[in-house]
Amino acid sequence: MAKIQLNGKYINLKKNISISQLLKKYKLNERKIAIELNKEIISKQKYNKTILKDKDNVEIVYFIGGG
Amino acid sequence: MKKDIFKIANKKLNSRLIVGTGKYKNFKETADAIKSSGADMVTVAVRRVNILDKKKPVLMDYLNPKKYLYLPNTAGCFNSNEALRTLRLAREIGGWKLVKLEVLGDKKTLYPDMEETVKSTKILVKEGFKVLVYCTDDPIYAKKLEDIGASAIMPLASPIGSGLGIQNKINISIIIKQSKVPVIIDAGIGTPSDATIAMEMGCEAVLVNSAIANAKKPILMAKAFKNAVISGREGYLAGRMKKSLLGYPSSPIDGLI
Repeated sequence: MAKIQLNGKYINLKKNISISQLLKKYKLNERKIAIELNKEIISKQKYNKTILKDKDNVEIVYFIGGG
Repeated sequence: MKKDIFKIANKKLNSRLIVGTGKYKNFKETADAIKSSGADMVTVAVRRVNILDKKKPVLMDYLNPKKYLYLPNTAGCFNSNEALRTLRLAREIGGWKLVKLEVLGDKKTLYPDMEETVKSTKILVKEGFKVLVYCTDDPIYAKKLEDIGASAIMPLASPIGSGLGIQNKINISIIIKQSKVPVIIDAGIGTPSDATIAMEMGCEAVLVNSAIANAKKPILMAKAFKNAVISGREGYLAGRMKKSLLGYPSSPIDGLI
């Protein structure tokens, strides 16, 4: 079990899942987002291998309308 | 006549009107207005995904990034670190290297913080970004930005979202004259005629968001801006007549009855 912070909200994960699995859980397409794990950008090739741990801080961002 | 091509950091663009994608009623209106504007480059912002709403529509579903060139922007960043973080993330989303840097100095005026802007530009250029830089209409800073490798200089016409048009034509003219990289009027355009004036002065392009999105009929206004930018550009290329303080008749005097 891991408690992570995802986009500022605390989330409990039943087990230690990978970033790819986290994206699946939230129905997010990896081609439309970018991820920071503990303030470091994780490249898309590493989503599969990167396992989230307790107290990790994850930020998922995408493009929205802006000037 | 040689074909008039607009190039920015080696990217060829069909339209000299760049449009923002903010402030629209919904994504459908955003997409319709952008289509109507004829723009092929659009600015976008980087924000947190709303993880609580899995069905929330995504901008990319309405504006195909293969069809429109996304220009990630750092709107809302007030220092170099925030801006750098935003653009590095933007690059990671889909490999965007062409970016718009905007480091604000004050929440009221939304004027750029030029010290932080120069600092960020240097770092981004080093990291391989092609940076279009939002800046004050100060010719000295504009030159500085060009010297450190900015791909385009984007002076404000007036404060962001103010719709006040070009307030300092003299400075903008000086910047256009001295710059070897494209000069693009960024903020403050309020009406199509403001865009025409900027283009007639010799700007390479204009960036418009609020003036279209906040119009009563944004889709019609987008078309008006498309025509205004084309008119201004053609007027600039054609070269204006000389001004005179006195009148000169348009009809010949000879043969007057």
